[in-house]
Amino acid sequence: MSILIDENTRAIVQGITGSQGSFHTKLMLEYGTRIVAGVTPGKGGSEVHGIPVYNSVREALREHDANASIIFVPAPFALDAALEAIENLELVVIITEGIPVHDSMKIKAFAERQDCRVIGPNTAGIISPDKSKLGIMPAQVFAPGRVGVVSRSGTLAYEIALAITEAGFGESTLVGIGGDPVVGTSFVEVLEMFESDDETSAVVLIGEIGGDAEERAAEFITTMSKPVVGYVAGLTAPPGKRMGHAGAIISRGKGTAEGKIRALEKSGARVARLPQEIPELLRQVLK
Amino acid sequence: MNLYEYQGKEIFARYGIPVPRGEVASSPEEARRIAEKLGTSVVLKAQVLAGGRGKAGGVKFASSPGEAESVAKELLSMKLKGFKVEKVLVEQKLSIRREIYAGITVDRAEGKPIFMVSGEGGVDIEEVAERSPEKIFTRYIDPFVGFYPYMARELASGLGLDSESFKKVSDVLLKLYRVFSEKDAQLAEINPLVIADEGVFAADAKIVIDEDALFRQDFEVKTRGLPYVELDGSIGCIVNGAGLAMSTMDTLKHLGGEPANFLDIGGGAGSDVMREALLKVAAHPKVRVIFINILGGITRCDEIARGILAARQGISPPLVVRFRGTNEEEGIALLRDAGIEVERDMIAAAKLAIEKSKEAAR
Repeated sequence: MSILIDENTRAIVQGITGSQGSFHTKLMLEYGTRIVAGVTPGKGGSEVHGIPVYNSVREALREHDANASIIFVPAPFALDAALEAIENLELVVIITEGIPVHDSMKIKAFAERQDCRVIGPNTAGIISPDKSKLGIMPAQVFAPGRVGVVSRSGTLAYEIALAITEAGFGESTLVGIGGDPVVGTSFVEVLEMFESDDETSAVVLIGEIGGDAEERAAEFITTMSKPVVGYVAGLTAPPGKRMGHAGAIISRGKGTAEGKIRALEKSGARVARLPQEIPELLRQVLK
Repeated sequence: MNLYEYQGKEIFARYGIPVPRGEVASSPEEARRIAEKLGTSVVLKAQVLAGGRGKAGGVKFASSPGEAESVAKELLSMKLKGFKVEKVLVEQKLSIRREIYAGITVDRAEGKPIFMVSGEGGVDIEEVAERSPEKIFTRYIDPFVGFYPYMARELASGLGLDSESFKKVSDVLLKLYRVFSEKDAQLAEINPLVIADEGVFAADAKIVIDEDALFRQDFEVKTRGLPYVELDGSIGCIVNGAGLAMSTMDTLKHLGGEPANFLDIGGGAGSDVMREALLKVAAHPKVRVIFINILGGITRCDEIARGILAARQGISPPLVVRFRGTNEEEGIALLRDAGIEVERDMIAAAKLAIEKSKEAAR
């Protein structure tokens, strides 16, 4: 298994004719992802890296049997693209950064109504090594294995995946849930999926300051049978400042790294102080 | 993006939320003229983007235009919570009977707006939430349904108001949601909403606008540069990705160093961005060494190397570079030819940066 995506995932790329969309379509194809169609309104009939482009998701679905979408559409138009995808597909990965939070709230509400799984926005995406990649992560840091990884940030997740891979573990699936304050899928929901996945033996959770997603994850971890190793970025972040990600901000004293680390440790998770300590903790919990 | 109280009240007034009569002054003379025009006792409120302003002495009263002038002079020379006071809001003084709280924010976990009202206004709502949560009435709002008069009435009904105030307060709640929704706010708060002899008024205004929505909002904004947050340490940091940038700062601290800043050059940064980042970090007077931590995905190490080489003239602190990932060999070769050593391991590089920062301090 693996979670969310595998060899059977057949994806549409929305925003495929843009520079980001086109570049990553090429990399995803090289990785072996089954990209079946692209969508850019007004560019229907053209091709990108041999993939046919349509004016709408509905039109693409008349010709192709897709079950997922990855969205690279610029923030001002992303709400429209996301709602279109949610209405028609089971899984939607929104890479776009900078989507207004009022739009993200609509995306999340509509996804719940349509029973669609949305990952992101502002995510690096999902990778199930050697099976499929719906995202922008560098493939070379991953290898197939039994560690599930879930993260709010992109490059930090690559750094940790690199350490996990080099230590000889490898990953079942890595899910970036996104760095925005409102995202389609929470830590808890991904932990639930890993908990019931046959090919995952342990989970690495990579959090950061802002909100209480890690605290909520900690509550769920107490009910899990699989071991969890955590890491939380932002111990040195000053309060009240947005640290790059829209969601990474300590406001009114809430959402500190200390609080999150404490909650995770209390739940029984082992928490690393340096990203590179994670393989050693995995070794201990997997003994 | 936080708005000043006077900006928030301008928006409120446009949406029909009653605010006290008043104007903003930048000089004591101006404050006197406003007080003359109002013809009542006035309240003078320092305009700073910080909470707890009243307790810090930023709100004062005056009973004559002359007194308003001298009070304004005092306020305009103040520094409140690190902010210099540049404007003072001069308003009619109200005869307040009750203070209530009304605010809407984004509930991150629910992914919905949450409306909160409380009969305990004029104090920090977080304190009320901890002390007596039963005194706060809340309601989540479905973003597709919106906020309707019956919801406002339900919220207001717990406040124990007489029928006239009840109607007025319900109407303010309805309009506050319009502000929140139409202005792309992350927070729209009236604390306190006062019931005064003169009527119901928003006596304060706190609005935070979503920076990601500025493309469709009409606010004057500075162009956004690279995400940068300054700290007090001596090791400048340039990293690709926000999470890794925070983790790099934490790692330096954990290993005994002091990071000078957060800076994320983002994904796929080219040599121009790298150049901008180097100049920005080097401008911090406390920086003794610059740590460049790149884990290449879409960011290519050779591009970053070119940016470093293009910008390094005029940068005095020594550089410690870590390259891993896309085109790392090419990047390392480019820098080696120019005499800059490159590490592949993040921890080794962090230790080297700390060592150099300590050498420079000696």
